[in-house]
Amino acid sequence: MANFYTDNKALRYHLNHPLMQRIVALKERNYIDCEKYDYAPMNFEDAMDSYEKVLEIAGELAAEVIAPNAESVDAEGPHVIDGHVKYAEGTQKNLDAINQAGLMGISLPRRYNGLNFSIVPYIMANDIVSRADAAFENVWGLQDCAETIYEFADEDQKMRYLTRVSAGETMAMSLTEPDAGSDLQAVMLKATYCEEDGTWRLNGVKRFITNGDAHISLVLARSEEGTKDGRGLSMFIYDRNDGGVIVRRIEHKLGIKGSPTCELVFKNAKAELVGSRKLGLIKYVMALMNCARLGIASQSVGISEAAYREALAYANDRKQFGKAIIEFPAVAEMIANMKAKLDASRALLYETARFVDMTKILEDIARERTLTPEERAEMKAYSRLATAYTPLTKGMGSEFCNQNAYDCIQVHGGSGFMKDYACERIYRDARITSIYEGTTQLQVVAAIGNVTKGVYADQMKVYAAEEVSEEMKPLQARVNAMAEQYFDIVGKIDTANKEYFDLQSRRLVEIAGHTIMAYLLVNDASKAPELFADSAKVYVNYAEGEVAKNMSMLKNIVADDLAAYGVKKD
Amino acid sequence: MSYNIVVLAKQVPDTRNVGKDAMKADGTINRAALPAIFNPEDLNALEQALQLKDKNPGSTITLLTMGLPKAAEVIRESLYRGADTGIVLTDRALAGADTLATSYAIATAIKHLGKYDIIFGGRQAIDGDTAQVGPQVAEKLGLPQVTYAESVKVEDGKAIVTRRLESGVETVECPLPLVVTVNGSADACRPRNARLIQKYKYAVTPSEKAALPAEKAALVDKREFLNLKEWSAAEIEADLEQCGLAGSPTKVKNVVNVVFAAKESKVIDGNDEAGLEALIQDLMAEHTIG
Repeated sequence: MANFYTDNKALRYHLNHPLMQRIVALKERNYIDCEKYDYAPMNFEDAMDSYEKVLEIAGELAAEVIAPNAESVDAEGPHVIDGHVKYAEGTQKNLDAINQAGLMGISLPRRYNGLNFSIVPYIMANDIVSRADAAFENVWGLQDCAETIYEFADEDQKMRYLTRVSAGETMAMSLTEPDAGSDLQAVMLKATYCEEDGTWRLNGVKRFITNGDAHISLVLARSEEGTKDGRGLSMFIYDRNDGGVIVRRIEHKLGIKGSPTCELVFKNAKAELVGSRKLGLIKYVMALMNCARLGIASQSVGISEAAYREALAYANDRKQFGKAIIEFPAVAEMIANMKAKLDASRALLYETARFVDMTKILEDIARERTLTPEERAEMKAYSRLATAYTPLTKGMGSEFCNQNAYDCIQVHGGSGFMKDYACERIYRDARITSIYEGTTQLQVVAAIGNVTKGVYADQMKVYAAEEVSEEMKPLQARVNAMAEQYFDIVGKIDTANKEYFDLQSRRLVEIAGHTIMAYLLVNDASKAPELFADSAKVYVNYAEGEVAKNMSMLKNIVADDLAAYGVKKD
Repeated sequence: MSYNIVVLAKQVPDTRNVGKDAMKADGTINRAALPAIFNPEDLNALEQALQLKDKNPGSTITLLTMGLPKAAEVIRESLYRGADTGIVLTDRALAGADTLATSYAIATAIKHLGKYDIIFGGRQAIDGDTAQVGPQVAEKLGLPQVTYAESVKVEDGKAIVTRRLESGVETVECPLPLVVTVNGSADACRPRNARLIQKYKYAVTPSEKAALPAEKAALVDKREFLNLKEWSAAEIEADLEQCGLAGSPTKVKNVVNVVFAAKESKVIDGNDEAGLEALIQDLMAEHTIG
């Protein structure tokens, strides 16, 4: 049977990173659940074995159920019937299979019937499912929202809602509105407290809500009358069983067509407040978005994997001039670059996932007991890295995903432009990854502070200190030289001129991203040359070129050029 | 209403992916060259049992498999999907059994088990393709049998079974207890479940437990549900004369490699999607594809 986990050795490599020993021991609180739950692990090896076994289930479902349904799901899409979403037939079949396999509530604690898995295997399941069908990943991956309920809701709410997520109910995050997209401070959906029955009621419209008709939704609404900014917004849980929300329409989209993007009308819909009033945007949405960004980063890597494999298969199969087209260096180079970008973005994805894992687990432990000073320091360090790496992996990974989808069609030539091959769906599905959960431009905004604060630079020094194999030493030296250029330019750039610095910030973030991914690949290739040596070589060549290009623009674009890059009216 | 459900399953060589070394020079199957898998139609049978259990909470599913000790893997695969426990019927005295001796041993084991309301099995196994064991088990137990089942409903102590026949579909009603053999066209078996695979991954038979490291063996001791049964011919008080080679009137005289001289043909009507679907179903049923 085909299996998208076992057929991809890179996944097992990343799952078995040395830091997992610490992550899993912390996550499992030294394996105390073993006494209480018959499916809890007794030690590290047992936990890792469970991760693998569950990923094998996800891999089998992805390959045998979800991928074969992807084409019909894309063609059929969801419908609105009587104000509610009816999924495409294939989407419903996927969901049924996922629920039978118990692949919901993956990262939730066992007391809510979750699997209590750490973020790394959860993100890996996302990566696997996205390779099969990116649209379905949205419907399934929104179980992420449960994390926000877990972190900020009260115990009664957690017990009522999280157990339902573990049992297979879907989720959504209702944030954006017609006039509040990237700028969520402008959210107007009104939340009113009803003194008579002691409930909150929601009224207004939400737009572009992925899986908007989910069983359980997190809704951002204005609870403080008369306010206009983010400080007047609170977070609510809307339970579809209570009614009060109808789906007015489903958007017709370029890609991820199987994922229903809804316009919702709230008519006095009953809702429950999550956490404290006024913290909806400034605290809870930020946490929610960081989770979602990592999710989209993994979706990007999964789509990249699909694009690479489709291109590789076609290039080996298609014969022209008497030989397979992969025999032509121009095609082979495209495939090699696709693989290098795929491996680089995956290395960055799992590095980020580990940082997020360490941060979240230590934060969770801090809710149960006082952390030791060492643990507090560790949490702070990992939190700093998670904050810096999340926009980097989302921004760079989604751009690589788009590049690979583009090249996948290019490898297919004229056939790729037709509807006959999966590559055209992959190309359309890829496009959203660099837009939603914050565009690449907004990831740069989130990342640039880490350039000036030296977070990336500090971590580059950690990578540079790692011992690599003899074969990789020359490559490591070249990445060190890239890092030196980065340190140099960061020291020299004029940060006082805000407009100029904003203009140049993407280039700085890109250099950081290429250098970090190059380091990660060189280190991976040192440990597993059979998997990554080629990609490390190809990627360092590519990254050097990108760094040189960005360095050139950093040097050549001067403050006097601002007008040329300024606002155009015609 | 809850039911005691028994599922008969067999571990078989995967004859669907046959390589060049799949047959030995003497024409018999080279089992070592083929991976051992859960007989496909037994998975369909398991799914019917699981659906019955879903609708009737409190029902229990017991897997019964006859074969080598390693056939315990079939039981674990069933536990991962929702079965409750299982028995491996394994004994040198049972080796070399034809369908008569096999069904004798299985029927004797079921009697030994005692409680059963409905017994499911796949229509046939892909290594022998006889479709005889299920019906013979029913005869030996004196139970009614329904073959080629596609779906099973149990109401008021009766089973209503839809059968897939060459010419169409037939629905029959039958009192419990009974034996049902399930067709490959029935619902595919559900996937393994993430919680159940973690719960049951250390489920072992006594002989497997002996090979476990101490820490895992201690866990098995502590958790009753991890202990699978392993029965010998003596355990079920089988008459050895009716078991294995001794109890098998079928003797293989010789095996001949047959080269098809004439091509069988079959006409499937319809040049539309329905016709194509019918062709695909037919080819899959014949194991030509799929």
